[in-house]
Parts: sequence; structure tokens; C-alpha cells
Amino acid sequence: MTSDITPSWVLALLPEIGLVVLLLVVLAYDRGLKPPDRRKVGVVTAWGAFIVLLLTVGQWFVLGEPDANASLLGSLFWGGMIRHDLVTLVFRIMFLMALMLTSLISLDVKPLQKGEYYALLITATIGFGMMAAATDLMMLYVALETASISSYVLAGFMTTNSRSAEAGMKYFVYGAFATGVMLYGMSLLYGITGQTNYFGITNFLAAAGPAPTEAQAVFLLSAVMIVVGFGFKISAVPFHFWTPDVYEGSPTPFTAFVSTASKAAGFAVLLRLFQSGVLGEPTQGSGWWAMLVAMAIVTMTLGNFAAIFQNNIKRMLAYSSIAQAGYALVGLVSLSQDGSGATMYYLLMYIFTNIAAFGGVVMVSNLTGSEKLEDFNGLSRRSPYLALVMLFAILSLGGIPPTAGFIGKFFLFKAAVDSGLWWLALFGILNAFVALYYYLSVVKYMYLYRSDQEDVAIPVSRGAQIGLALATAVVILLGVLPEPMFELTRQAAAFLFAG
Amino acid sequence: MIPLSWYLLVAAALFSIGLYGVFARRNAVAILMSVELILNAVNINLVAFWRYRTPEIPSGMVWAIFVLVVAAAEAAVGLALVISIYRNRDSVIAEELDLLKN
Repeated sequence: MTSDITPSWVLALLPEIGLVVLLLVVLAYDRGLKPPDRRKVGVVTAWGAFIVLLLTVGQWFVLGEPDANASLLGSLFWGGMIRHDLVTLVFRIMFLMALMLTSLISLDVKPLQKGEYYALLITATIGFGMMAAATDLMMLYVALETASISSYVLAGFMTTNSRSAEAGMKYFVYGAFATGVMLYGMSLLYGITGQTNYFGITNFLAAAGPAPTEAQAVFLLSAVMIVVGFGFKISAVPFHFWTPDVYEGSPTPFTAFVSTASKAAGFAVLLRLFQSGVLGEPTQGSGWWAMLVAMAIVTMTLGNFAAIFQNNIKRMLAYSSIAQAGYALVGLVSLSQDGSGATMYYLLMYIFTNIAAFGGVVMVSNLTGSEKLEDFNGLSRRSPYLALVMLFAILSLGGIPPTAGFIGKFFLFKAAVDSGLWWLALFGILNAFVALYYYLSVVKYMYLYRSDQEDVAIPVSRGAQIGLALATAVVILLGVLPEPMFELTRQAAAFLFAG
Repeated sequence: MIPLSWYLLVAAALFSIGLYGVFARRNAVAILMSVELILNAVNINLVAFWRYRTPEIPSGMVWAIFVLVVAAAEAAVGLALVISIYRNRDSVIAEELDLLKN
């Protein structure tokens, strides 16, 4: 590792550099806008995210660097701080798509038509991208805080709305606490190994051989503390208690963003940490493995059963997103290439699915001003296309073919069975049946119930139409044609284990 | 020289006080202060480990500086959110923030 900055170092950060440029453009453009044109700043953000996405994917196909067989050192940049591999690419695609779709569904929400809102969304995206790329605890911490601090402000963005202010406050208090505990765990890990680089830690552990009992106890403690931090990010039980409150109070487009991108970023870190063996050998039966399995089971169950009793759709989707984190954990604890690939595939499809679902909620609540399930009465007659978008999103969340959610769950449970965890897969399938109950009740409100406002269509602007149509199209596409994308995530997963 | 374990004990004590504060205090500002205590415990850990374990690689020290800077940014955002909630609700007591409940 030399200290001279070479072009490949800069290329490894190209998406983040593009986002910084976009950030400056958005802030400068916002200054010159008169109030009636305010929504244009969202259009600029969406286009910018699209261009950065093209750059990211294009860079990969044009340069093909680093190739799939590159050595570990060949894919580490900036002194081992980040790793530029397929995992990074897959997660960057997720975050940039989430940024683009979130900007599109935010366009017509009046309190959010500000440059600061989009600027903070972009900084959060930069943070997520760096989290997925980080291979050093120090880099990981800074990236995590870049993402988290932007998210706290976004949750409390509507300062005159006391629910939003409360959501911001709660997110901040719980988040700062979880980060503090995680950081203490990381400092212990640094103390044991004297290394901050993931692979430095792995090599140290491999060279040191079996540790004495006391060291193992400290090691497990640090693993638990790190799981607190990222369990919070992915809203896994028992670190989920902030989720319903924050999701309900935050501006709805931001809820869509945090429930997808933030969760994916947390999983990216967990995948990298655990599969490369930073917190101990990735084998079934180890202490942290048992902990994660227990978390997966409790998370699925609690999320699904709590969601049944909600009558606020944002709260219901919050509990549903807790349950989805449980499913995605199944792939992680399978500890196989297929399992990790399935988790990435699941997170990818979840971004499109959940943003489509929340997009529908944004459109309806923008008109009605509330988020009750009853607001969706007769939606199929009011706005048939919007109802159709919601229908596909809900079917995908529930895991019904031909949507991506079905295939995603199929890959996850198949990976679990292949790893001998058939009981975990069975548990997941039973949970999916419970989940169908509350998912289909939304469909019932939309398609069977009547409302006295059926002649009043829900206004959906063209930008939002494009966003919702794109998300729905991808949900169906990933459902009927999963092979190319799954192959990509599966190949990406191979990088997680090479250390 | 003072043994490493003394520093670690101070850090662990600070961490525990911070942990207690987060769970026991009701005022949002006091919770924020407790979180800062946790971060200070982390800093003591990092610097002590750096000095005793790997004095030739300054990563622990650099990390501690990062933690300081980020904690400052976090405190700024946290206090802004506290002011925002105070303007809306005339209260910063954690239990009284109950608009978002079942």
C-alpha cells in the first residue's frame, strides 16, 4: 500500500465524488429559485442521482476494475480504508436508486421543497455508500456518522410539526446511544487486536490461534456491542423500539428512504464484518452466530404480530420493515455464498418494493393529511393506477408471485435449507403466512371498501408517476426475471468471504 | 508506569455512568450528556490502547480525534433537535414526548 494517490484510488470513490458535486449543485441551484419553482430542486436531485448511477455502473462495465479475480490488495484503496468490489457496486446501486426514487416521491410534499432536504438526503447517501465500502473500523465509524447525523436532521425536518420534531429527537437519542455502545465495542476490538483494518484483524486472529478464555469473553462482548449498533440500524429486535415512532413521525418520503437504504447499509456492514471473520470464525454454533439466529427469529415474529394491530399505515409498514429485517437476517446466518447473495438480492428488491409502497402513502396522505388505513378506502376507484402500484408493492412485501418479494424469500429460505437450517426456513415461511393477513387487509381497504370521495382522484405529478412506475416495473421484473441480478449478488457475495 | 488496566477501569467506569445516565435520566439534555460520557470512555480506551499496544502506529490516536470531531457535530445536531422539540412542546422530558404511541 503506497501513499501516492493514483487514478484508481480516485476512481474507487467516483460515485461519492459525483454525489459531492451533486450536493454543491443542489445547494447553489436552490439559492437561485423563486418559491413557485421550488420543486425543481427535487427534479435536479433525481436526475443527478440517475447520472451518478450511470457513472457507477458504466465505470464498472467500461473499466471492469477491479476484475472479479482481483486479489484482496488489488481491491483495497486509500490505505485499506475502503474496498472497491462487487459488494460495494451492488450496494451503491441500491443507495443511488433509493436516492432517486425518494427524490421523485418527495417532489410534491410542500414542507420538503427545500434545498436542505435534498442536500441532506445526498449526504446520507454518501454515508451509506462509504459504510458499504468501508474495510476499516475508523472509516466505518465516520461513514456511519455521516449517514446517521443527516438522518437525525431529516427525521425532524418539519420543525413546525411536533410529531416530526419528536421523531427526530427520539431517533437522535436512541441512535447516538447505540452508536456510543458500538464504538465502545470497536475500541475493545482494537485493544485486543491492535488493528483497525478488517483484514488486519482477521489475520491477527488467525495468527494468534485459540485465545485464552478471558480474551474470548472480551471478544464476545465487543461483538455484542457492535451488533447493538448495527442491530439498531437494521431495526432488529431488541433494538427496534425506535422504529415505529420514528417511521410514523418522520416526513413520509424520508421514512421510505430510511426504511430501505439505511437498513441495507446496516446489512452491508454486518455482512462484511461477520462473513470475513472480523468477529470470530464464521461457523455455525459460535456465540455471535447463535445470537444472530435468535435475533432473526424474534425479529420476524415480533414484527409480524405487532403489525397486525396497527391502523396507521406508516406504523404498520414500520413493523413490517422490522419483520423484513428478520427475513434478511436468515440469509446472513446461513453463512454461505448463496445466503449472503440472497440477503443482498432481498435488500435490493426491498428498496423498490418499500419505496413504491411508501410512495403510495405519500400521494394519499399529501391529499388527506393523515395516514389512517381508512384513507385508502376505495382507492381502486379513485386512482386505479396508484392502487395498482400499491397492490404490487404489498404483494411483493407479502411474498406472492409474480413479484420480487416471492423470489427474494425463495432464495433466502433455500439458502437456509442448503446450510442445514431447515427449521429457520420453516419459521420464516410460517411468519410469511402471518404477514399475509395484514398485508392483504390493505388490499381489502383499497379494492373492496367504498368511500364517499371516489370521484376525487389523488393527484400524482409526472415526476412521481415516473418514480412509482419505475419502482413497480423493477419489482415485477425482478420477480419474473431474477436470474441476472441474483447471479450478480451471488458473485458479489464471494468477495465477502475472500479475506 | 501506570498499568494499562487502570486506564481501562476508568474508561469502563465512565461508560457505566453514561449507560446509567441514558436509562435513568428523564431530561433529553441530560441523556445527551450521558452519551457524551460514553464517547469519552471510548476515547480513553482508544488512546490507552494506542499507547500501550501499538505506539508505532498512530491509528488509535487518530481515531480518538475523529471521535471528538464527530461528537461535536452530533452534539450540535442533538441540541438543535432539543430546541426544536422545546419550541413545539414546551418540554424536553423524555416521557412527555408521547405523541407517537399506539
